[in-house]
Amino acid sequence: MDVLTDNFSTYGEGFLGTVELTVFASLLALALGFVMASFRVAPVGSLRAFGAAWVAVLRNTPLTLLFFAVLLGLPRFGLVLPFKVFAVLALGCYTSAFICEALRSGINTVPKGQGEAARSLGMTFGQTLSQVVLPQAFRSVIPPVGSTLIALAKNSAIAGAFSVTELLGTYKTLSELGYDIIWTFLWIALGYLIITLTISAVFTVLEKRWGVAR
Amino acid sequence: MTVDPLIELRDVNKYYGELHVLRDIDLTVGKGEVVVVIGPSGSGKSTLCRTINRLETIQSGSIRLDGQPLPDEGKALARLRAEVGMVFQSFNLFAHKSVLQNVSLAQIKVRGRKREEADQRSRALLERVGLAAHAEKYPAQLSGGQQQRVAIARALAMDPKVMLFDEPTSALDPEMINEVLDVMRQLARDGMTMVVVTHEMGFARSAANRVVFMADGRVIEDRAPEDFFTRPESDRAKDFLSKILKH
Repeated sequence: MDVLTDNFSTYGEGFLGTVELTVFASLLALALGFVMASFRVAPVGSLRAFGAAWVAVLRNTPLTLLFFAVLLGLPRFGLVLPFKVFAVLALGCYTSAFICEALRSGINTVPKGQGEAARSLGMTFGQTLSQVVLPQAFRSVIPPVGSTLIALAKNSAIAGAFSVTELLGTYKTLSELGYDIIWTFLWIALGYLIITLTISAVFTVLEKRWGVAR
Repeated sequence: MTVDPLIELRDVNKYYGELHVLRDIDLTVGKGEVVVVIGPSGSGKSTLCRTINRLETIQSGSIRLDGQPLPDEGKALARLRAEVGMVFQSFNLFAHKSVLQNVSLAQIKVRGRKREEADQRSRALLERVGLAAHAEKYPAQLSGGQQQRVAIARALAMDPKVMLFDEPTSALDPEMINEVLDVMRQLARDGMTMVVVTHEMGFARSAANRVVFMADGRVIEDRAPEDFFTRPESDRAKDFLSKILKH
C-alpha cells in the first residue's frame, strides 16, 4: 500500500506520460485515419491504392517492430526527434490503419442514395463525403473507434521499452527500490483503468448524443 | 417541339457486364417539354434517366445538355449536375439534417448563397410544396409523400434547367401518390423541362407532351400521349398497355 503514497510523483509522471502519449497519438490516428478512409473511397485509383497500402502495411506490422523501425530507423535517414515524438508517430500511424477501417465500415453503412443525392445536387466528392456521408458514418463507428483508442492507450506501454516516460515503465524504478511487485503492478493497472474508463465514458456520451437512433 | 433542344442523346449504349441495358438510344428533349418514360421493369428506363446527369456512365454515344457534352468527372461534372435536378424513388433526403437544412445545404455549398438567403428561398419552396410547417423536422418524422415533396423542393432550390424524376411515386402508399403528382403537375404547368420515369399512366396522359415507351433497352415508341394510349403502334406497347390497363 505504501508503494503508491511513497512514490506518488513517480506514478504521477508515468500516468501523465501515458495520458500524453494517448491523447496526441489518438489525435494523429483520428486525423490520419480520416484521410486514409477518404482515400480508400475516392474516385481516383492512385489514392485508393495508397490508402489500401497504408492499411496493409501498418495493420500487419507488429507494433513493437514498428517502434524499432521508427525510433531506430528514422534517425539513420537524418530525422532526429525526441523519442516521445517518435513514439506518438509510431502509435498514431499504427492506430490510424484501424481507425481507417472502422470509418470505412461506417461509410459502407450509409445508403448509396445519400451520396447520389448529394452528387446530383452538384456537390463535389469532398463535399459529399464531408457534408453527407461521413457525418452519418460517424454515428455508427463511435463504438469501434472507442475500442480502437482504448487499445491505443494500452499499446502505449511499448513506448516504455524505448525510455519514454509512461505508466508501465515506472515498475522498473519501483522494483529496483525493493517494493512488492504485486502492489506495484496493481497501482499501475489502476492507472490504466482510469484512462481507459475515461475513454469509454467519453464515447458513451458521444454515442448518446450522436449515435444512430433506433 | 424539337426546337431548342435541352437534352440530346445520340446512339447511347450501356452495358452492365454482358447485359446490354441501353441500345442505340436517340432522344431529344426540348426546353419546357415534359417527357414521360414508361415501360416494363428492366427495360432500362431508370438507367436512361440516370445517364442524363451521369450517375450512370455510358459505353458509347453522346449526351449533350444545353449544347454541352457531359463532362467526364470532377468539378465540371459537379457544375453540370447542379443544373439538373433529380428526384429519386427512395427520396434520399439527408437523414442527419432537418428538412430546412436538406433544402439549403447545396444552395450554400454549391451555389455559394449566404445561409439566410438560402433558408429564405428554402422556406419559400417548402411553402410551395405545402410543407412550410415541417421545416424543422427530420426526414424520418415525415411520411413518404412529404419526404418526396421535400426532395422536389431540394432539387428546385438549385434553379435547375431540367428536372429528372426516377419513379418518384413507386415507393409511396397509394393515398400519397397524388400529393406528389400534384406538385409535379404544377411544375409542368410552370414550364419546367421534365423527364419523368413513372408507372402513373394518368400523369402521363394529363401532364406529358410526349410519351417514350421503352422495352429491352430500346426506345420503341416516342409519341404524343393521347396517340400512344389510344393507338399504340408496336405489339410490345399494345401488350404492355393491355396488361396495365386491364386490372
